[in-house]
Amino acid sequence: MATSLQRWIIEAEIMPKQGVNDPQGDSVLSGLKLLGFSGTERVRVGKLIRFDLRAASQDDARNTAREMCERLLANPVIEEFELAVHAAGEEG
Amino acid sequence: MHVGVISFPGSNGDHDALSNLEADLGASVRRIDYRETSLAGLDAVVLPGGFSYGDALRCGAIARFAPVMAELQKAALDGMPILGICNGFQVLCEAHMLPGALLRNETLRFHCHWTHIRIEQTGTPWTNNLAAGDILRLPVAHGEGAFYTDDEHLAQLESDGQIVARYCTEAGEVTPDANPNGSVANIAAVCNEQRNVVGLMPHPERATNELVGGADGLRLLKSLLNQTVVH
Repeated sequence: MATSLQRWIIEAEIMPKQGVNDPQGDSVLSGLKLLGFSGTERVRVGKLIRFDLRAASQDDARNTAREMCERLLANPVIEEFELAVHAAGEEG
Repeated sequence: MHVGVISFPGSNGDHDALSNLEADLGASVRRIDYRETSLAGLDAVVLPGGFSYGDALRCGAIARFAPVMAELQKAALDGMPILGICNGFQVLCEAHMLPGALLRNETLRFHCHWTHIRIEQTGTPWTNNLAAGDILRLPVAHGEGAFYTDDEHLAQLESDGQIVARYCTEAGEVTPDANPNGSVANIAAVCNEQRNVVGLMPHPERATNELVGGADGLRLLKSLLNQTVVH
């Protein structure tokens, strides 16, 4: 019997690892300070990759997405990632 | 000596490498399309500079999956001399054929100027014409050339002799001021454990003739001529 596949929306948040220099974050921080936002001490700039994925369950979707991050979307030498998995339709 | 130069979509240093390896080194050269699946007949391969796949995702991240790369991985294991220049270095890191990664320059600026590097590892097919401590004047042209590896792996690279060259002053001193991009430990070039795969950010293929402002790149590339030629 064929397993029915559901469509999931994955958000992969990819950030520079701790200890990895992030000059872009440092520049954004100095920009914020110049604008008078004095309460911020640390800025890190990463990226968000949103994509859809067909999978039988949320766990399957998460596992596939993790493998995608490990093999392509993030570089483990310099980046770490976190995944959010939503059923498609929860958002546009 | 037959040298192949891989052209990825977005490579722009391929023609410099092809014409200068031929005219100034005297090698016979072949342009390798990224879709090719054979490196037969070649003694060495160069991955050139440029912006493969428009630097999408990360520099070199997509080129790593080009069809020719599977063959290149096999050739590397067989000991073929492989040199990644600039974007080619980034591709080799992304392909896990070299350690570390290249990050955005610390200054956030694109650096296009002459630099000096001091050679440390001469036991590679790309540096065996040089002596440890030799200082080369070579141009850089990159926005993402800050070599990064964590402290633990850095110590390992140091003890294994995998650091091939460091940015230095004209007099050969390795100082923070001589480091154009924020590379850890001023690292400009590294090699794999077997020593046959080398990556470097400066462009030796753009310094092969005094007509273009310097010929120190040719001193490095001449190392290839010490290689046993099969083809």
